[in-house]
Amino acid sequence: MSKPLLEINDVHFSFGANEVYRALNLRVHKGQVAAIIGPSGCGKSTLLNFIGGRLYPNSGSVICDGIDVTSLRRNALFEFRKRLGMMFQASALLTDFSVFDNVAFPVRQNTNLSETLIRHLVLMKLEMVGLRGARDLMPAELSGGMARRVALARAIAMDPLLVMYDEPFTGLDPISMGVIVKLIREVNDTLGMTSLVVTHDVREACTIADYMYLLGDGKVIGEGNPDRMRESNVPDVRQFMNGLPDGPVRYHYPAPDYADDIIGGPV
Amino acid sequence: MNAIQQLGAWTLGSVARWGRAAIFLFQTLASCAWVVRRIDLLMQQIFSVGVLTLLIILVSGLFVGMVLGLQGYNTLVDFGAETSLGMVVALTLTRELGPVLTALLFAGRAGSALTAEIGLMKATEQLAAMEMMAVDPINRVVAPRFLAGVIAMPLLAAMFAGVGVFGGYLVGVSLLGVDAGVYWSGMQEGVDLYADILNGVIKSVVFGFVVAWIAVFEGYDATPTSEGVSRATTRTVVNASLSILALDFILTSLMFK
Repeated sequence: MSKPLLEINDVHFSFGANEVYRALNLRVHKGQVAAIIGPSGCGKSTLLNFIGGRLYPNSGSVICDGIDVTSLRRNALFEFRKRLGMMFQASALLTDFSVFDNVAFPVRQNTNLSETLIRHLVLMKLEMVGLRGARDLMPAELSGGMARRVALARAIAMDPLLVMYDEPFTGLDPISMGVIVKLIREVNDTLGMTSLVVTHDVREACTIADYMYLLGDGKVIGEGNPDRMRESNVPDVRQFMNGLPDGPVRYHYPAPDYADDIIGGPV
Repeated sequence: MNAIQQLGAWTLGSVARWGRAAIFLFQTLASCAWVVRRIDLLMQQIFSVGVLTLLIILVSGLFVGMVLGLQGYNTLVDFGAETSLGMVVALTLTRELGPVLTALLFAGRAGSALTAEIGLMKATEQLAAMEMMAVDPINRVVAPRFLAGVIAMPLLAAMFAGVGVFGGYLVGVSLLGVDAGVYWSGMQEGVDLYADILNGVIKSVVFGFVVAWIAVFEGYDATPTSEGVSRATTRTVVNASLSILALDFILTSLMFK
């Protein structure tokens, strides 16, 4: 196995009194598509913010390509981010820019390439996601699936080492979802990148991931390739992978005894 | 106890907010050097906050000048001093109404738009996306808008005062019969370049700085929800207006002793 591109070591993090992570550890190897799965609110997106240096853990280290992100100062952090690509859940396209300009944006801002070269580069990325013909459309004219594909093209515009996908399948119709699933795998393999997909869509995650981590209770509660995860006997993993309404993660939010609440409550 | 807790929480919250605003201002000022290298961005924002605010400034300036001409004439004529009308209109506009009313209108028109724009960019994760693309949103989004506000405000105030003087002329000279020569010469004698015009310019620069700072900070610091952006926009208009009026008193007491 190659050296890990990304290492999360013993990360602890709290939002006020809410403890999000207690001793989170995980590794993502070069060339892998790794899926981080877990229920809503378990801190999956927070993990992406650690890697991008937008949030800092209370303790522990986040090492990407040998660099400890938590120790970077402002300028070094911005320099480091040039090696990352990120696709946001809501696409986060710049609404005043056309599709072409959105994809060209990081290249224009971070390089001195000529406009001719930028045009070639952008058209190549748009061709890859099947939207070369939509280059002149504005974000408001795109469907949700198209916007997600433009966001993907923008995320890979700088040929990053690591591409992070924050809930890439949420809110898409089955066809668009299939397109995004296919694109994530294709882009990763064709361009030799490493991908980290944060999602709660188990089926799609199993389709594309080489390795999966299931988060819960502030740490990794299950890991392995999709087959191993599906066959796991660990109750938490079984509940999540099979979408069972009750199990270790309770169906009911903690509450006083039902009978006491009904009979003894205020009249 | 609850009231004391609330007071404590409010105080801590206010101090933290002032701290954030101060750090934000330093970052924005530091980014202004970057903006100078991107004149295209600055020009775009000067158009957005300056040129697009021009209509409301010019129309307001004209009517304010006309009202000043009418009220000034009605007051001065009782003392046989209507020859001072030009001076009264010009002094009122250059010293006070030009900078103050322009800043109030600027806060309502351009300031609120800046806050809403930046706040919505935050709510739709556009600022976060920029950060992740290694583009500092303070350089790319905030600093050009802030600098454009500081540059546009004195220019708008000058135009407000100029059109106001013309409005006073329309009513005083064309309508009420004050001699045109007396109107202009009274203005020439009574208005001093440094004491009046320069101080008015200083006021408008200070107001532009404060309004632009409040507007971009409120947008950047907004809670990223539709309600949060709405509240931030309201805060911009209220805080900027109150700051303008309070600062006007302080500056006036320092400038015109």
